[in-house]
Amino acid sequence: MFPFDYLRPQSAAEAVAAHDGGERRYLAGGQSLLAALKLRLAQPSALIDVARLPELTGTRVEDGRLVVGAAVPHAGMAALPHIPALALLSGSIGDLQVRNMGTLGGALANADPASDHAAGVLGLGAEIRTDRRTIAADDFFLGMFETALEPGELIVAVGYPLPRRAGYAKVRNPASGYPVAGVFVAETDSGIRVAVTGAAACPFRLTEFEMALEGDFSPAALEGLGVPPDALNRDLHASAEYRAALIPVLARRALGLGGGS
Amino acid sequence: MRVAFTLNGKPVEAKVEPRTLLATLLREGFGLTGTHVGCDTGQCGACTVHLDGRAVKSCLVLAAQADGRSVLTIEGVADGEVLHPLQAAFRDRHALQCGFCTPGMVMSGLDLVARLDSPDEAAIRHGLDGNLCRCTGYRPIVEAIAHCIREKG
Repeated sequence: MFPFDYLRPQSAAEAVAAHDGGERRYLAGGQSLLAALKLRLAQPSALIDVARLPELTGTRVEDGRLVVGAAVPHAGMAALPHIPALALLSGSIGDLQVRNMGTLGGALANADPASDHAAGVLGLGAEIRTDRRTIAADDFFLGMFETALEPGELIVAVGYPLPRRAGYAKVRNPASGYPVAGVFVAETDSGIRVAVTGAAACPFRLTEFEMALEGDFSPAALEGLGVPPDALNRDLHASAEYRAALIPVLARRALGLGGGS
Repeated sequence: MRVAFTLNGKPVEAKVEPRTLLATLLREGFGLTGTHVGCDTGQCGACTVHLDGRAVKSCLVLAAQADGRSVLTIEGVADGEVLHPLQAAFRDRHALQCGFCTPGMVMSGLDLVARLDSPDEAAIRHGLDGNLCRCTGYRPIVEAIAHCIREKG
C-alpha cells in the first residue's frame, strides 16, 4: 500500500467536512478497499473511517421501510428478520470474516459489478440516503464501479420497502464467492421488480420478466423469456452466452423465494 | 499515529503507520506469531482474529481500525496451559496436519460455535468458506466445531 493518512471523525457531518472531494476516500469495512490498496489500484491521500459513525449504524423500521445504516455489516443484515430474502442474500456474501467487516454502504459505494447488495437494492427498489439527498436505486448504479454519488458524498442509510414476497438466487463462483450471475425478484406495493447482478457492467432490471410476472407471480410465467447475451459480461468465469442462459434459470429459482445458492 | 486497544484481555498501545495492517502489528509489534499470514490477500483466513468478538481477517484490517476495540488472537484462547474446549476438540479429532491454517480455523470456529444453534454440517462448512486448508483436513475440523456446538447446547 502507498502511504496515506487515517482520520476517524466523530459524526457524519465531520466526515463529509473532512472529505476534500478529491484524493481522500471513505473507509467502512475495507474488505474491497484495502485489497485494492494492496494492489496499488488506488492511491488515496487519506482514509476517512466512517465505520463507527452513530448516524451510519443501527437498523429500524419506519413508514413501511426497513432502514439499514450504511455501516451495518453483512453479518448484521443476515440476522434481520424483516425481509428474509435480503437476510439470505446478506448471509451469502463473501465469507464469514468478510461478512463481519464488510458493510452495506461500502458495498454500494464500491459498486462491484458482481455485488450481491446491488441486486437487493435494485430488486426491492430501495432508496439510498446520503448526507445530502435521497437517490432511488434505479438512478444509483451508472456503470462498472460507477455510481451517482458525487465526490465526497457519503451514504448514511438504505431504506428498503418491505415487500409482499421476495427471493434471491445466484450461481456463486466457488473461488471468489462473487455471483457469476444473481437474480432478485420482489413483489412490492409498487409492483413487480426483477434485478440482475454479476452479469453486466452494473445491475439492471428485466422489465419483460416483470411484466410477465404481473399477472402470475410464478416460474411458469417466465416460460419462453430470455435475455440476449450481447450486453452481458464475458470473462474467465463465464461467457456472455452462459450468463444469458443462467438468468432465466435463476429468476425461476428466485421465484421459489428461497435464498438460492 | 498511536493506537490503543485491548489485546487478549490486556490494554496495549503501539505506534503504527496508518497503513500498518493489524496482522503486521500483532506479529511484528507484539510478537504474537500464532496469527499466520498465508496469502496476504484476504483469501486464506490463516490470519483470522476476533475484533470485538467477531472473526475478521487481520490482513484486511488496519491496525488503526482496531483502535479502541478488543482483539483476541489464538494466544488468548487457552486458559494458561488448559486448552479451550475447541482446541481440545481439534486435538482429539486430529483436526490438523501441518497446522498452518489451524489458528485461523480455531478463530473462525469459535465465532461459529458462538453463532450457530445447531451443529448443521452445511452451515459449518459455509462458515468456514474463508479458511483454506491445503492438507484437506476439513472433515475433522467440521466435526470438532460441531462437537463444541453440541456441548454448549
